[in-house]
Amino acid sequence: MVKRRIVNSLILIYLSTVNNSLPKIETMGLNVIVLAKQVPDTRNVGKDAMKADGTVNRAALPAIFNPEDLNALEQALRLKDKYPGTTITILTMGPGRAADIIREGLYRGADNGYLLTDRAFAGSDTLATSYALSCALKKMSKIDLIIAGRQAIDGDTAQVGPQVAEKLGLPQVTYAEEVLSAETGKITIRRRLERGVETVEMPLPGVITVNASAPECRPRNAKLLMKFKHARTITERQNEAEDYIDLTADRPYLNIEEWSVNDIETDMNWLGLSGSPTKVKKIENVVFQAKEAKRLTPADEEMDELMKELIANHTIG
Amino acid sequence: MNNVFVICEVDEGKIADVSLELMTKGRSLANQLKCKLEALVLGHNLKGIEKELYPYGADVVHIGDDERLDPYTTLPHTSVIVDLFKKEEPQIALLGASTFGRDLGPRVSSALQSGLTADCTSLEIGPHEDKKAGKTYEDLLYQIRPAFGGNIVATIINPDCRPQMATVREGVMKKEIYDATYKGKVSKIEVDKILKPEDLVVNVIERHMEKSKVNIKNSSIIVSGGYGVGSKENFNMLYELAEVLGAEVGASRAAVDAGYAEHERQIGQTGVTVRPKLYIACGISGQIQHTAGMEESSMIIAINNDPNAPINKIADYAITGDVGEVVPKLIKFYKQNTK
Ligand SMILES: Cc1cc2nc3c(=O)[nH]c(=O)nc-3n(C[C@H](O)[C@H](O)[C@H](O)COP(=O)(O)OP(=O)(O)OC[C@H]3O[C@@H](n4cnc5c(N)ncnc54)[C@H](O)[C@@H]3O)c2cc1C
Ligand SMILES: Cc1cc2nc3c(=O)[nH]c(=O)nc-3n(C[C@H](O)[C@H](O)[C@H](O)COP(=O)(O)OP(=O)(O)OC[C@H]3O[C@@H](n4cnc5c(N)ncnc54)[C@H](O)[C@@H]3O)c2cc1C
Repeated sequence: MVKRRIVNSLILIYLSTVNNSLPKIETMGLNVIVLAKQVPDTRNVGKDAMKADGTVNRAALPAIFNPEDLNALEQALRLKDKYPGTTITILTMGPGRAADIIREGLYRGADNGYLLTDRAFAGSDTLATSYALSCALKKMSKIDLIIAGRQAIDGDTAQVGPQVAEKLGLPQVTYAEEVLSAETGKITIRRRLERGVETVEMPLPGVITVNASAPECRPRNAKLLMKFKHARTITERQNEAEDYIDLTADRPYLNIEEWSVNDIETDMNWLGLSGSPTKVKKIENVVFQAKEAKRLTPADEEMDELMKELIANHTIG
Repeated sequence: MNNVFVICEVDEGKIADVSLELMTKGRSLANQLKCKLEALVLGHNLKGIEKELYPYGADVVHIGDDERLDPYTTLPHTSVIVDLFKKEEPQIALLGASTFGRDLGPRVSSALQSGLTADCTSLEIGPHEDKKAGKTYEDLLYQIRPAFGGNIVATIINPDCRPQMATVREGVMKKEIYDATYKGKVSKIEVDKILKPEDLVVNVIERHMEKSKVNIKNSSIIVSGGYGVGSKENFNMLYELAEVLGAEVGASRAAVDAGYAEHERQIGQTGVTVRPKLYIACGISGQIQHTAGMEESSMIIAINNDPNAPINKIADYAITGDVGEVVPKLIKFYKQNTK
């Protein structure tokens, strides 16, 4: 642990000297943070993703970049296309393997990423998650815009974006479909509501959450894939095989910054399970039917029974 | 103090259905908890709006009427609600899981550090024992919700923080007049004293309310029709079933080609790919080009008069029968069982 933190701060010092030595040029560039979560692919819950006892077989679900966070990343990339000098940083909180989605973001055009990982964050509800993320965001240099996905496909709450905004005292715009412009300290956004569209203007810095109806994220870029293939967190580097050559001294961009709870300022009472106002009292798995189709006729009793079953297992209603 | 609150949404000058549904639920929770039911309405030109809420059993209707609260933006609403809740200390606060409630709810819950449960499908009152802390709780709100893409159902509680906040989607709770002659009272909120300039930084420049565009991709239930539905008129049955289930209508290419449904509803290789929780295939044979776009649905119900239709191979339930007979029955029995 100790060793790790020293290395971390050395890299920080290194990066900051590099930054300071650059001449200060006023550009239109924005400092954009994309909040991204690694999630189990709950959309692909096929029949094998449920165990015989009816519980979710998490191992059978691939861990993916939360789909709407890719829509969020695309909005950030478009800002970078439009306003040169824009930098995109991905922030994710999760277990060590969540570094995968930071690499995925780098392959698609993000500039760097931070992994916030610590057992102290385990069991967080959305408020504790938002609190931890907001503490990490406070630690970062001047932020113009924070872009989150509308909703994660596992927790399914759509609460983290607005709660991060509140914790930072920033304005929010949810359900964003397109950023129309981000100039002179203001951002103009088209939102997709249930029954319409709305165009709103928000001063920067601020938080937006992006909808699935926004444009899809561009694919990986072959050059960026080559460039960032070896990007690793410090923990990942330490766990590499012995013949692994650490290139981060020459190529600092290959370092994925990893922060533990000690790297950010927090009130421990607000973190993790104990810092979460909501508690999960009970979880029931929705048990799926066996593979063979159940044959039914249109008889009243059978149709009535089918509807009762679907309502009881929360498929409908 | 410590009452049940419903944060109401105003839609074209009237209380939105989802809010009235929550009033009905809130009334029964308040009766069970032996406390009052209070409604909160923010907006502009709200004169007389309390009359819409009394029949649902509102004991108090808090009204904040100010032009800065219409059209809705997050920050001024949040400030007014947080101010009121700090004074009133509700034990429960409910709001619709609409774009309004899902924008506002998390912001309010964060400001109050109170916790929020999203998209509840059921709300009940019950006790809780925390063995580790050696504490027992009476009369907590059990907030029951699906998560994990609908694959699990969780019961969430907020033992220590108040209010216990939850959002519920439209159509989940039943809307029912409690007492047509019920009389509550109005409590006016002095909005002017609460709002600060920094609450007003987000401006709505333009607003178009329109019929929502077809959104089958994000729909968790899809009622899909094929050539076997037989006509554009018969497709109306599917729209009706979709309406009661909160679903979208999809179609096969043969149905689109025949003019039964718009092209944007086409599912399959040359249409959209969907992975809903429930896919009801009506009069669809199940050719590979169609199933490629829907076979990852969590549950498939096939309605086909041919017992050997290929769609039955991937279905969880295969109903052998005529679409015209089966679909109306599904509507009827769904309604009967959710009353
Ligand atoms: C069964 C179950 C039910 C739950 N129900 C609730 C509940 O009702 N209320 C509650 O408060 N908590 C609940 N939780 C906890 C909640 O799932 C977690 O707190 C989770 O970390 C964040 O919530 P979410 O997945 O819903 O994210 P959302 O709020 O849906 O995420 C929105 C956006 O926030 C960003 N984001 C979210 N998490 C992260 C992250 N870790 N790192 C970076 N960016 C992120 C992403 O951009 C994402 O698109 C539940 C958990 C389980 C297992
Ligand atoms: C390159 C290519 C791309 C394609 N892309 C797509 C695509 O994206 N999406 C798509 O859907 N198709 C696509 N197709 C077409 C596809 O091959 C099928 O022709 C089409 O899916 C058939 O539609 P259907 O099942 O509605 O009609 P049919 O195959 O005609 O089936 C009708 C079914 O309804 C049943 N039926 C009839 N009357 C009743 C009744 N009264 N009650 C109950 N059941 C009844 C019948 O038993 C039959 O099974 C594509 C084809 C090609 C070649």
